[in-house]
Amino acid sequence: MSTPVVEVKNLSVRFGSFYAVKNISFSVEKGEIFGFLGANGAGKTTTIRVLCGLLPASEGHVSVGGTEFVPGRENLIKQKVGYMSQRFTLYDDLSIKENMDFAAGIRRLKKIDYEKRRQELLDFIGFKQELSTVVRDLPGGIKQEIALCQSLLHDPEIVFLDEPTAGVAPAARFRFWQLIRKLADMGKTIFVTTHYMDEAENCGRIALMRSGELIELDSPQNLKAKTFSRRMYNFTPKGRNEDIPDLQPFAMWEPYGQHYHAVFKDDTAEKNMLPQLKKNFDIEKINPSLEDVFIRIVEGDNR
Amino acid sequence: MNEVAIDITDISKSFGKIKALNNVSMHFGTGKLYGIIGPAGAGKTTLFRIILGLMAADSGKISFTLNGKNMPASSFREVAAYMPQTQSLYADLSVEEHLEFFKDLYGISPEVYRRKKDELLQMTRLDKFLDRPAGKLSGGMYKKLGLMCALLRSPKIMLLDEPTNGVDPISRREFWDMLHTSVSDGILVLMTTAYMDEAERCGEVVLMEEGNVLGAGEPRTLLEQEKVSGFDEFFLRRGGLK
Ligand SMILES: Nc1ncnc2c1ncn2[C@@H]1O[C@H](COP(=O)(O)OP(=O)(O)OP(=O)(O)O)[C@@H](O)[C@H]1O
Ligand SMILES: [Mg+2]
Repeated sequence: MSTPVVEVKNLSVRFGSFYAVKNISFSVEKGEIFGFLGANGAGKTTTIRVLCGLLPASEGHVSVGGTEFVPGRENLIKQKVGYMSQRFTLYDDLSIKENMDFAAGIRRLKKIDYEKRRQELLDFIGFKQELSTVVRDLPGGIKQEIALCQSLLHDPEIVFLDEPTAGVAPAARFRFWQLIRKLADMGKTIFVTTHYMDEAENCGRIALMRSGELIELDSPQNLKAKTFSRRMYNFTPKGRNEDIPDLQPFAMWEPYGQHYHAVFKDDTAEKNMLPQLKKNFDIEKINPSLEDVFIRIVEGDNR
Repeated sequence: MNEVAIDITDISKSFGKIKALNNVSMHFGTGKLYGIIGPAGAGKTTLFRIILGLMAADSGKISFTLNGKNMPASSFREVAAYMPQTQSLYADLSVEEHLEFFKDLYGISPEVYRRKKDELLQMTRLDKFLDRPAGKLSGGMYKKLGLMCALLRSPKIMLLDEPTNGVDPISRREFWDMLHTSVSDGILVLMTTAYMDEAERCGEVVLMEEGNVLGAGEPRTLLEQEKVSGFDEFFLRRGGLK
């Protein structure tokens, strides 16, 4: 077996006495789309910053692209990784070219390599506008695509995308994920965080973080199968202002837009209640969504 | 009784060559939750800024009424809470210090403050992080702190620009429960969101694109008219992707 692109062993990150990341271990293989999910503050960005050589680990070992992370060798890691940060991507008041030049300068890329690579990447995303376009005037979603290009300028083996599509509309998110899948097909490793659970369906494997701990790591299919042993139903109210039924027979009842996802407590409840519920709802059997999984696992029986 | 309504008639606004709003008209009435939905550049933020008087329209008319009587824009602003898309909180102030600061700023009574604070901390799950400075919060926690500061006050109108962007699925659901409570208390809520499941949960939506209104009304009616199962599909189809 080939060596993993990312290897994390017993990693902890502490700020003062607070552990933002607690003893996590996992590895990521070449060409994987690896989803890193968790509630706000679960430790996703902190972990990514360690993997990009931007923050030292408090405990444990990390290696990226076969290079062990040790203090003083941050630059070796930085060459192997691309990073699209959650906080900041591009300068709004600079042009695309100026933004890219700036990134190439920081990476000390050779001018000819840089210009060739830039053109390849712009072709890759199908960008046809002028390079002198100021970022602020870019149509929605294109800013993220340009930021993705910028993170790939030095041709890294792996790219870390920290909420690349936050606040992005459906069509632009769809296009962005087409690009992610193409990159993975080209052999790049993708490490991505998102709070859109429909996007997470695109990941080969998903790591789920809760309060600094890694609580699950599996494929979307397996996560669904092991989280819900009972059938799940989609309820669509037939009328306009349908009242929510008595929730006593349900183990789960979650609103999804105009619908509800529901699981009964047991067979008896299901058999007794289904016929009368069908008067007011269209009911169909469904596969759980990853949002169902997320809520169930992360929330646990906490509240 | 506090029936606040907003009427927008033929509003246009351009920035250079870009038409941010192209002759749009809409009506917003009390006790309802309106979602303004559309991709970046649709004109949502411009619309909010014009409603709040932070920016003037090039043409068109906007009027506010309270219980059917005209209300000057200045009094409207006093009863409106606004949460901008990107907030600036004080990096050095802790979560609790922010809440205290806004309590004093809005002159909120101690009892109301205690109740609201508990409610908001439950929703945001920031109760364990009261001492943490805003500058050291995660992206989503920072967003939630901004949301708490905006919701601390009980306004008659709330304008929320992408309040759930970057917020995790669990808090997003609890935020929606809170929104529904506000709406049933008679507050008029206008919000934008990039989550199409949220759009479907609004009382009414206004679908926008490049400064134009594509449609408005009850989500279910609109979806039936367009013969789509959700707004995701609606926008994917418009983008030629489905
Ligand atoms: N410099 C710091 N000092 C103290 N605490 C910090 C610091 N940086 C991060 N933290 C804390 O570490 C925890 C994890 O933060 P992190 O940014 O990794 O979360 P996240 O999973 O990326 O969340 P989000 O989904 O909101 O982006 C949070 O409680 C945060 O407040
Ligand atoms: Mg983060």
